[in-house]
Amino acid sequence: MTETIELIVNGRAVSIAADERTPLIDVLRNHLGLMGTRFGCGLEQCGSCAVLVDGAVVAACTAPVGSVAGKAITTVEGLGTPDRPHPLQTAILAEQAGQCGFCLSGILIGAKALLDRNPSPTRAEIAAALDWHLCRCGMHNRVLSAVARAAAHMREAATA
Amino acid sequence: MIPNTLPQSLIDNPRLDRWIGFEPGGRVRVATGKVEIGQGVLTALAQIAAEELDLPLARVALVSGDTDAAPDERYTAGSLSIEVSGSSLRLVCAETRVLFLARLAERLGCPMTELSVADGAFLRRGAPTGEGYWSLAAEVDLAREATGAAPCKPFGQYRLVGQSEQRVDLPAKVFGAPFLHDMRLPGMLHARILRQPCAGARLVALDEVAIRRAAQGPIEIVRLHDFVAFVSEDETAVANAAKAAPTHAVWEGVREIAAAEQEAASLRSLSSIDRVVGPAPSPKPGARVHAATYSRPYHAHAAIAPSAAIATFRDGRLTVWMHGQGPHPLRYGLARALDLDIAAVTVKHAFGPGVYGHNGADDVALDAALIATRMPGRAIRVQWRREEEFAFEPVASAMLVALRAELDDAGRPTDWTAEIWSGTHRGRSGPLHGANLLACEALPDPPLPPEPADVPDAGGGGAIRNAQPLYNVGRARILHHLIARTPVRTSSMRGLGALANVFALEGFMDELAALAGADPLAYRLALLTDPRAIRVIERAASLAGWERRPAGGAGRGMGLGFARYKTWSTYAAVVAEVEVEETVRLTRVWCAADAGLVINPDGARNQLEGGIIQAASFVLKEQVRLGGAGIASLDWESYPILRFSEIPEVEIALIEAPEEPATGVGEAALGPTAGAIGNAVAHALGARIRDLPLTRERIMAAVLGAGA
Repeated sequence: MTETIELIVNGRAVSIAADERTPLIDVLRNHLGLMGTRFGCGLEQCGSCAVLVDGAVVAACTAPVGSVAGKAITTVEGLGTPDRPHPLQTAILAEQAGQCGFCLSGILIGAKALLDRNPSPTRAEIAAALDWHLCRCGMHNRVLSAVARAAAHMREAATA
Repeated sequence: MIPNTLPQSLIDNPRLDRWIGFEPGGRVRVATGKVEIGQGVLTALAQIAAEELDLPLARVALVSGDTDAAPDERYTAGSLSIEVSGSSLRLVCAETRVLFLARLAERLGCPMTELSVADGAFLRRGAPTGEGYWSLAAEVDLAREATGAAPCKPFGQYRLVGQSEQRVDLPAKVFGAPFLHDMRLPGMLHARILRQPCAGARLVALDEVAIRRAAQGPIEIVRLHDFVAFVSEDETAVANAAKAAPTHAVWEGVREIAAAEQEAASLRSLSSIDRVVGPAPSPKPGARVHAATYSRPYHAHAAIAPSAAIATFRDGRLTVWMHGQGPHPLRYGLARALDLDIAAVTVKHAFGPGVYGHNGADDVALDAALIATRMPGRAIRVQWRREEEFAFEPVASAMLVALRAELDDAGRPTDWTAEIWSGTHRGRSGPLHGANLLACEALPDPPLPPEPADVPDAGGGGAIRNAQPLYNVGRARILHHLIARTPVRTSSMRGLGALANVFALEGFMDELAALAGADPLAYRLALLTDPRAIRVIERAASLAGWERRPAGGAGRGMGLGFARYKTWSTYAAVVAEVEVEETVRLTRVWCAADAGLVINPDGARNQLEGGIIQAASFVLKEQVRLGGAGIASLDWESYPILRFSEIPEVEIALIEAPEEPATGVGEAALGPTAGAIGNAVAHALGARIRDLPLTRERIMAAVLGAGA
């Protein structure tokens, strides 16, 4: 049944009309036009659709929009823009850490969650944090380097 | 008359203006039939074009994979984009440059030798003439055939080629919505498919009421014989419908596949088309012989997201957006499947999840086109479900590779036989291969199964790819058994037969070295004469510190693998280091590659790295499971791939050989990686596993067998 649902998406309050069972990913992509959150499997197995809900990583492919009503949702669009990139986005480009790039939105979200709770992760900690995220092109080492690079950059910026 | 020494793409598309044009706004349109499928090819091709034209890279506007606007270069496959499209663009741009300078020389009444180009500006004796490509564009007719006669720049003068330019496609993938999956056209409808479980199955009942209820939103049901689609403005509704539909459909004529058919060993019992490549076998009586049989299972492309396509049918014209390897061949396939005039079909490529061969991307395009022709005027977007992609994409054929060598007194091969059982590695649609698009099976008068055929040997072969050793092994032959009908559809995947053949060949080389009491590295080097081959192997061994290779059998191992892809393309040598207990932990990989002239070194490294990780995943984890009506591994739990926590450190050295022709790197590292890991695991265990993947069960069996 269609109802009005309030969300806070990338810091902005939005109101959408949808069935509360609608997967969050469909609301983000089709109602709000935020195409950065990517459908990979619909099974919570690949991490492509990761978003942050009140700071925690959630699979948008299965989360019913009703379950996140009133909560703060961050998508990859909320991280940065070409003019104001997030250090993680800058680092992915600097390391050229992508081939097809389809997994990158979810990985950026997973990495953001990691750096929010651990500003100085080891390579093993980054790998553990991203273990849910699948990459079929084999860009893992470059992604690990990019996350470490972003973390270093953010630490420097914080102490500057 | 075009001399046939031109690259194939230029023979097929001889007119210069098909490739290049100077557009208003100071951009040069450079068109390619090759497409960006994750490999970074557009960046490299732009570098080649800008180099020969002496233009800044930012001036190049690439047009890729549009059947109206770009040359027909068939498939983006076989690591040939740089070799074929790159060399075509190089000739086209060099010729264009000469035509412009000739026109300027005519106008200025000076010899051409006085003219040069710097950053797009035309100079005479080094001084600006005030002219450039755009000011002269109206005076130079590019509607002419390429001759290929214009001199190209010598590599010593390159300023862009050889530089690690950043990929042009990547920023949009980090910030934006660059994928076909993200396209939204006005009035677009979403669709999902109820798939025919297998060829020949007939839909005898469909509970449309139950499906509409499950959809939780309005949907249309489009039914064409045994092809069923759910269509709506509401993507959630069609996804719900498609998820529920299989339980509300009754099919007849659904086959049952036994799980045993998923094993490569079952190939031997299937009927095959047999041939001998090379001299007939002539076993020498009393010769010392070593023989062993290796295998790989069926492997899935398993792109990170399911395939999608968008189609519109307006005023009798079909336009399709796709993300596969061959927009032009797909155009022919769609025209044939839909009985449309080829002139009424346009296919455009857009970015998608990584393409490693012939996956579901072509098939979903026909799905979208079929619905579009039934709903003229509306844009139709079809996205496959994850389960659908795993179940219905063509897979890489399982392969069985039996090797036999006769040995001299020193343990060196004098006679070599590779006997190979495999399904086809070419299952394409298009003018060359017939319309082999999945939904055709569900329509009236389904096509007859195509005559079994593999990739021609002249193209590197399919099942026999890299079965021919580069080592001096005496007389060598291949006995090729092309399996006429495999239990599931097989087609091309990254490297084709090279993964299995190099895994087998390189494993067997280690076996022969052990029989000869020789170090595997020294044994190989003694059987090679090609200096480029020797150089990459020595370089990989030196990177890895081969001399610190541990004693084998104690759970730590180091192994080597080598191949020259297709026997004429890129050389790659890989050393792998593993720790083995119950499972394999791949700790480090070193790779040296010689790809001749490298256009973009970081792009080349990126491709090699990706190939190494993907091969490691195939070798350590992957096997398509069969059962029920076909493929039974339908999610990432039943088809696991290598994860972040399992990734080895990788170090890559590119050998500098700029005077050698550029060869592709996308597929070169896969076989050598498989060989290196197989050999490292055998070294660690003191016992060899010859069947992929190298699972816990096989490790335990090998350890027990070695101890028995």
